[in-house]
Amino acid sequence: MTVPSDIHPLLAVENLSCAVPGPAGAMRILTDVSFTLPHATALGIVGESGAGKSMLVKTIMDIAPSRAAVTGAVRLDGTALQSLDTRTRRTTLGRRVGMVFQNPMTSLNPFVRVGRQVEEASRKHLGLDRRAAREKAIALLRAVGIPDAAECYHGFPHQFSGGMKQRIMIATALACDPELLIADEATTALDATVQKDILDLLQTLQQRRRMSMILVTHNLGVVAGRTDEVIVMYGGRLVEHAPTERLFASPRHRYTAALLSAMPRIDQPAHTRLATIPGQPPSLAHPEPGCPFAPRCPAAIDACRAAMPPMTVSADGRHRFACHVPLDAGISGDASVRQPEAANV
Amino acid sequence: MSSDAPSVTSAGDLGYLRDDAALKVRNLTVSFRRGQKIFNAVSDVSFDLARGETLGLVGESGSGKTTIGRAILQLVPAHGADLGGAITYEDDDLATLSRAQMRLMRRRMQMIFQDPVSSFNPRRKVVDIVGEGLEIQGMPRDERRRRVDQALADVGLSRAMVEGRRPYQFSGGQCQRLAIARALALGPDMIVCDEPVASLDVSVQAHVINLLQDIRAARNLALIFISHDLAVVRNVSDRVAVLYMGRMVEIGRADDIYRAPAHPYTRRLLDAIPVPDPARRIPAGEGGAEPHSQLAPPSGCRFRLRCPRADALCAEVEPQLRPMAQGQYAACHHPLPELGQGNSSRPAALSTPA
Repeated sequence: MTVPSDIHPLLAVENLSCAVPGPAGAMRILTDVSFTLPHATALGIVGESGAGKSMLVKTIMDIAPSRAAVTGAVRLDGTALQSLDTRTRRTTLGRRVGMVFQNPMTSLNPFVRVGRQVEEASRKHLGLDRRAAREKAIALLRAVGIPDAAECYHGFPHQFSGGMKQRIMIATALACDPELLIADEATTALDATVQKDILDLLQTLQQRRRMSMILVTHNLGVVAGRTDEVIVMYGGRLVEHAPTERLFASPRHRYTAALLSAMPRIDQPAHTRLATIPGQPPSLAHPEPGCPFAPRCPAAIDACRAAMPPMTVSADGRHRFACHVPLDAGISGDASVRQPEAANV
Repeated sequence: MSSDAPSVTSAGDLGYLRDDAALKVRNLTVSFRRGQKIFNAVSDVSFDLARGETLGLVGESGSGKTTIGRAILQLVPAHGADLGGAITYEDDDLATLSRAQMRLMRRRMQMIFQDPVSSFNPRRKVVDIVGEGLEIQGMPRDERRRRVDQALADVGLSRAMVEGRRPYQFSGGQCQRLAIARALALGPDMIVCDEPVASLDVSVQAHVINLLQDIRAARNLALIFISHDLAVVRNVSDRVAVLYMGRMVEIGRADDIYRAPAHPYTRRLLDAIPVPDPARRIPAGEGGAEPHSQLAPPSGCRFRLRCPRADALCAEVEPQLRPMAQGQYAACHHPLPELGQGNSSRPAALSTPA
């Protein structure tokens, strides 16, 4: 579906697969994932545990475990990262892509003062001297909402709550003014107002710096209203990719629809039973043939269990989904209705 | 102001406190010393919990919700912390219990921790982790095995699925189910759930919430449900208490609070819920004021520096919990909504969010 253009997308992922040896044979963590991310675009990646969303961004960042067998290509601004030597690749990624990890408790070094950790990347990649790096670090700590930033510069990670640690992590990721910021469940453990403030902050930075951003999250509420596009992953595969509004208004893949209805809602009374998805996430070690969601899907037909559905692309090219029995396109999200928008793909 | 409610403590005539509750927390204060500095994690918090009831505790990082949960189970480290107030469970004052008595009490009161992965010993097998509490209680081996099997079944796992495996071999959702199983194995009648679903995926979260609800109903379990996710709290809670910087700023029936929050902080929390509605395109950069340093809380109302309704009174006088027209109690000089300051009539015009 990628339309060749004179300008490279910031990030192009092509047929990316990743397998990790496990006790029960190779675990197929990622299978044949392809997408492109234009410049200055916010992308959400959602899915359950084991869907491969974390591994996808780790593979992009070249920090997948060394025993992982990776195939496919990742291009940053047209440059195939695999063609670079390891050192250049790591420097390029470290300089141009910032990453905030899932667990701030284990991402910060407990023996190093937080200020040093925030400024580490800017000293290494931007060549700032100690004073400039320090000023930048304090400014970043303030920007991510740490009270008493100058004092906290000298603090150690254990002196901060989980939310504060995650803010420090975000300051660390922003140290090199990255073109792409990847936040892997970065706000998952934060309070609602803090989460909102941090997402606001990320969004402001993303728009002001015309930076691209990938928000990896299990919470569909996080990507709604804050991203331009959403990718839904399941069992290591990309199952749906659409503009955010359209994904929520008229999901085509059955799994996306099931996820949406499993969310607790504030307009329902207490003790309302939540819709669940029966069964277990698929085994990555012994993937069944066919659609990975088929064993849990209420609408599965024989074809679903026989072969992986190919990616269907809507008429305007902006909505992709891999489902043999897709839900109807809603009136508002109908591809043919939205045809004029296809021009700006 | 609340003459109909029995006064049970020196906390004043707080009508939301009940005499017949199973758990009573009265004027709980917890402070930690850090060098010369004193950090008041919890200041004068009183609430209670009836059998089979679920109380949601919500608030930001550092609001004291986890500390309250730990204080209830007497898990606040004795070193460097000062505790004030009283916690009674079924008329036992927990502070006066010996270690052995408290150990017995923990059969009835259990806790599920925030981060299941780090609350497990990574080198133990999960079957032993689930049976850990029973082991500490000196339960015979056969009984232990039976109870572990039952607890695993209750959370949708089986011995065959977990036998011989260690925590790192499980996903976050599975670890959280194991943590629930560990608590359930003891057969408690109250569980403090500290962010039990915070790091779980949506469908797993739905499973765990439904699971907790089923177990709660089946065993008439009382739950303290600590969470930052107000949508989840809405689903599980009968009553909700909102904490801000160690103080309780609002408490009442979940229906009342979600329909018409009285405290501006509660309003802000509700506005921050990430709603899966992309039409609500969130304008970037409207983030509120930074949280105030907690080592030196502001005078008067602690929320006033972030509050759009604050005035001179808020800086001088710390507001106390008082009954609101909507039904709940809130500690605010200028509560929401503007209308209906009358004391008895409930504002009928307020509509439920659609």
